[in-house]
Amino acid sequence: MSTMMSTSPESPAGGLREIEFRDAIREAMSQEMRRDPRVFLLGEEVAQYNGAYKVSRGMLDEFGPRRIIDTPISESGFAGMAIGAAMMGLRPIVEFMSWSFSLVAADPILNNAPKMLYMSGGQFGCPIVFRGNNGAGGQLGSTHSWCVEGLYSNVPGVKIVIPATPEDAKGLMTTAIRDDDPVFFLESERMLGMKGHVPEGDHLVPFGQARLARSGDDITLVSFGRPVHFCLEAADALAKEGISCEVLDMRTIRPLDVGSIVRSVRRTSACVVVDQSWSFASPGSEVASIVHRECFDDLDNYVHRVHSVDVPTPYATNLEQEYLPNARRICEAVRACLYRA
Amino acid sequence: MPITNAISIEIPRISILDEKGNFDEKLGKGLIPDADLLKLYEAMSSCRHLDEVAFRLQRSGRMGTYPQNMGQEATSLGAAYVLNNDDWLVTCYRENCGLFWRGVPMESILLHWMGDERGNAMPRPHFATPIAVPIGTQMLHATGLAWAAKYRGEKRISCTFFGDGATSEGDFHEAANFAANLDIPVVFCCQNNFWAISVPGKIQCSAPTVAQRGIAYGMPCMQVDGNDIFACVYAVKKATERARAEGKPSFIEFVTYRLGDHTTADDARRYRDQAEVDAWKAKDPLIRIRMLIEKRKLWDDAKQEAMMARIEKDIAAAIERAEHIEAPPRSDVFDYTFEELPADLRTQRETFETTSLGQERASNPASA
Ligand SMILES: Cc1ncc(C[n+]2csc(CCOP(=O)(O)OP(=O)(O)O)c2C)c(N)n1
Ligand SMILES: [Mg+2]
Repeated sequence: MSTMMSTSPESPAGGLREIEFRDAIREAMSQEMRRDPRVFLLGEEVAQYNGAYKVSRGMLDEFGPRRIIDTPISESGFAGMAIGAAMMGLRPIVEFMSWSFSLVAADPILNNAPKMLYMSGGQFGCPIVFRGNNGAGGQLGSTHSWCVEGLYSNVPGVKIVIPATPEDAKGLMTTAIRDDDPVFFLESERMLGMKGHVPEGDHLVPFGQARLARSGDDITLVSFGRPVHFCLEAADALAKEGISCEVLDMRTIRPLDVGSIVRSVRRTSACVVVDQSWSFASPGSEVASIVHRECFDDLDNYVHRVHSVDVPTPYATNLEQEYLPNARRICEAVRACLYRA
Repeated sequence: MPITNAISIEIPRISILDEKGNFDEKLGKGLIPDADLLKLYEAMSSCRHLDEVAFRLQRSGRMGTYPQNMGQEATSLGAAYVLNNDDWLVTCYRENCGLFWRGVPMESILLHWMGDERGNAMPRPHFATPIAVPIGTQMLHATGLAWAAKYRGEKRISCTFFGDGATSEGDFHEAANFAANLDIPVVFCCQNNFWAISVPGKIQCSAPTVAQRGIAYGMPCMQVDGNDIFACVYAVKKATERARAEGKPSFIEFVTYRLGDHTTADDARRYRDQAEVDAWKAKDPLIRIRMLIEKRKLWDDAKQEAMMARIEKDIAAAIERAEHIEAPPRSDVFDYTFEELPADLRTQRETFETTSLGQERASNPASA
């Protein structure tokens, strides 16, 4: 049984120092690289350029070109090579400039890394962290806006991490690097500048342990990654209507903290899942299925879900905003679920 | 047995109008009539001006991220000049000049980078494909397009553009291998501008020429001064002749340079020496044409001024049209997801504003 951690702004668990999301990720990577000589970072533009989104700023200066490696534009190449390096006992961190480009590397990341241990009868593990920018919202068009959690969480053998705060970004990244299995770490370009309290030293957040982002009594909102913030925004608005929302930030999709969801829903008797991936066969549908099974007698209504619309991500700004699970759509789902529509 | 040489390879290097304005009369003879040369010069000047204006639009928040084409105008223009109008021109994002030559309206490109999908719906019949931003994908599409033309017994060929960095993607190698081994009439045009964002060419290709990459697949290759419109036209002509006569591919490495940043989101000063940029500024494809047409008494300051006035007026009008188009309707995203909209998506389209979006109630046709 896991226990949820909660943080409040008055007594920040992360201490008083505030840093950006991108710096939190870098701090975890750098601290782990100092600690463990097997860890190295590779990807497009990670060295000279400090990363397309400046996540690896200064790392080339500190660790040199042996450990911070600019690759050719060959996603399939460097993802596959990282598997070989991991089989030799190294611990690569692979940056995809965008998770959208990881689709070019589908065979190594989905067909090789998660199965190497299985196929070699336990001989070759793949302790690799694949990380990069995930999700829509930056008007990058349909080919650059993938929310890969929908697609990839279906695959056995990978862990899927999707932090919503800088503090968790550091804690989850540290755990990811120390993990012995392949981890997909999903960052959002829209959140990299977000500031938060982040502990300075070693900071680990275990996988499979949700964070209570807001407590409430009337309904449980289950989310992960960027949409957690849309849920909080919706919860503020709904509070004015007298609806008290509990918001769970799942932090990792695989493993999923089922216990925290079930305990919360048994108390509130209502649940909305907010998931930025498409609805069909998604993490959101999985959560709904679990809640229906585990909380069948507790529910006052079926689980409502808010997803991205079932079309390629629109490019035009007005359409993209509508397409994503925004606060307005979450509010409507909550009201409907509570029969207040 | 003595060790012998298995193969020696030569790659022709083509230059006709050099940066000093020297013109190779023999190679360049009859290649571009003077009247056409003036039109090409105007097309390049116009594309250049659009880049400058687009940069300012982005800086003032009127446009999204924009990749300038500055310095690379001659390559795609040379290709577009040679290609038939019903050949395919399959590009990435640094081929504006060629697209405009074929009649793609400027406002399409503006609209695209302003963040509007409708900019990618190239008005037909321009035989151009949506701007390919995932690096490398278009080379395989170009090969498939040409293969389909062959399948259908049509004479159409395809010509595809990509950067030096793109030759690191598997897509390139697979397209080249496929086209060469299955005899597909594709002209592979690599714009070697020495940089892929901040990554120098050395990290993408250690061979002394990118052109060699084509040789490896058994295609004839040329290395071309990509800032020389004559050389570009010459090379594409050779390649298209082979494609049409023999149904086979060729590879052209255009040696060129992007004078601007990678995109407006980049600041190239952080990784490139100013001296390098200045050296390439002297090789600007526009400067040398102007030298030549002045030498040929086809051009003077007054003509230049009149041309710039025309260009400024046209571009201002294109911006006006792009900026004042109505926002796309919500139904737009649904209308082009499938040829015929399935029942569950029809429900989503109709309920776009409701909480049922993406939820069981709406997407379950049984309850609709
Ligand atoms: C599959 C994929 N990987 C990475 C990127 C990010 N990216 C955009 S442009 C670019 C550099 C391309 O360099 P090159 O092919 O030389 O073309 P240039 O921009 O120099 O014209 C990169 C890495 C992408 N768009 N798609
Ligand atoms: Mg390049």
